[in-house]
Amino acid sequence: MDIVKLSAVEIKEKILKKELSATEVVKAHLNRIEEIDKDINAFISINKEGALEAAEKVDEKIKNGEELGALGGIPIALKDNIVTKDTKTTCGSKMLENYRSPYDATVVEKIKAQDGIIIGKTNMDEFAMGSSNKTSFFGPTRNPVNTNLVPGGSSGGSAAAVKAEEVALALGTDTGGSTRQPAAYCDIVGIKPSYGLVSRYGVVSLANTLDTVGVFGRDVSDAALMLSAIVGYDEKDSTSYENPTHLVVEKDLEPTEYIKGMKIGIPREIYLDQIDKRLIGVMDKVIKVFQSLGAKVEEITLPHLEYGLSTYHVISAAEISSNMARFDGLRYGYRAKEYSTLDELYINSRNEAFGDEVKRRILMGTYYLSMGLGREYYEKALKMRTLIIDDFNKAFKDYDIILTPTSPILPFQLGKLKDEPLTKDLTSIFTAPVNLAGLCAMSIPCGYVDGLPVGLQIIGDRFKEMNIIKAGLAFEGGMKNGI
Amino acid sequence: MVTKEQVDHIAHLCKLKFAEEEKERIIHEFNVTLKELEAFNQIDLENVAPTLGVNKHVQRLREDIVGPSLDRDEVLENTVEKQYGYFKLLKIVE
Repeated sequence: MDIVKLSAVEIKEKILKKELSATEVVKAHLNRIEEIDKDINAFISINKEGALEAAEKVDEKIKNGEELGALGGIPIALKDNIVTKDTKTTCGSKMLENYRSPYDATVVEKIKAQDGIIIGKTNMDEFAMGSSNKTSFFGPTRNPVNTNLVPGGSSGGSAAAVKAEEVALALGTDTGGSTRQPAAYCDIVGIKPSYGLVSRYGVVSLANTLDTVGVFGRDVSDAALMLSAIVGYDEKDSTSYENPTHLVVEKDLEPTEYIKGMKIGIPREIYLDQIDKRLIGVMDKVIKVFQSLGAKVEEITLPHLEYGLSTYHVISAAEISSNMARFDGLRYGYRAKEYSTLDELYINSRNEAFGDEVKRRILMGTYYLSMGLGREYYEKALKMRTLIIDDFNKAFKDYDIILTPTSPILPFQLGKLKDEPLTKDLTSIFTAPVNLAGLCAMSIPCGYVDGLPVGLQIIGDRFKEMNIIKAGLAFEGGMKNGI
Repeated sequence: MVTKEQVDHIAHLCKLKFAEEEKERIIHEFNVTLKELEAFNQIDLENVAPTLGVNKHVQRLREDIVGPSLDRDEVLENTVEKQYGYFKLLKIVE
């Protein structure tokens, strides 16, 4: 039995049945990391001792007949912007190269409380600003599907680690698509939950009104298991929401059962000039799969979707500039060696430790928040956000889920993106509006074109995670059955 | 359009500094982006309310009970200079 190929659900079952010990599972994954991570660079740090200790505790529980938590013995990776007491938290930046948090994020406490095993912290675009993992201070991550390709980002390390079978599950974050886009590029499942479903306490803020913690798994059931283990109200995050629905999936139904009665909308606005034309063919096939499973599929309109990327760009930059002010070189983080005034301490520390992309976004955001034309566009972006939300609200009155490609382009080679966008990121064009509206969405593999993986985005209404999970299970089953 | 003086001003506000040639690039990027943002003017936003956050539920209140907090020594481990259990700063008042 090749342990690293097992799904998270299978690992848990085998540990419960005593067919495998948690220690065996963890050792197999640590060996896999040892063997492959030099080519992938998915991890910034590995918590070998901590992971083995946690595994022993799980084995002890099994031996004593104690009840095991929902994540019992499953190896999990965390994006390195989720703070942990046991290992450093770098955010992929020189600024936090040696930072060690004095506390665990709420999601980390939840994983530990449910006997999940944290294997290590994953590589990412610096402070989650990017979509290819190339802005990491620790070097780019490679895509396990094909190491010439970028894994996507900013949670590229987490997606790559799951795809490369270094862990079974991983957490990322998603502010404008940073979980869904790497999931699509690495050919795995990624879920961005509704804003507020998962506590953000201990997740280093990028843009507070858009940030969410995302989950990765190699199939829908695994991703859903990861998500169900971290949801819930947290008094330490006043924007977290006590979700009345439990994420419980009925197992092993026929694909048609999961999708029964669902109405699906396809926004006509996805057929943009900039979209890779090969994706249009894939979308046609996807629509046929859902139709043959019995779903009703219709064209819909989201008239303000085309303004989503610009709206996202302005609002996220503004929130970023305010968040990044905390890195002052005083209390934590990098401090320049040379300075003679307090201002110089701030300026030199920030200048030496932030990468170009981070500086660019801080500067732009400061402009949007502080002066003339910038301020005017910031106010317009806040209003445009309202119209984008209204469009989705209207659509969800009649439809249960909305489908788009996750990214308008296919995975590309490092540094070879044609017309590399100056300040905006085209790859977020279908994902960022979901964050603006606080909705939930999943990226699910839907096959390959010309050797490149394609991700389908399934969008659901706020706190209707069960709809996207069910649709994902139906689609996954349908594909497996060769529909 | 954005001027060099404006770039200097905002760089000062956010405590960053840029070399002269970088400023040229930044001004170019700003101008390209602002040009794209002109698309916002196609939509009548006059009577639209701004969205500042998506969760509109009422904030909860709780009793103000003293609980455990972060360990002072652990917090101070991340700083470069500390004294008497505090972060040490440059002297800023004569």
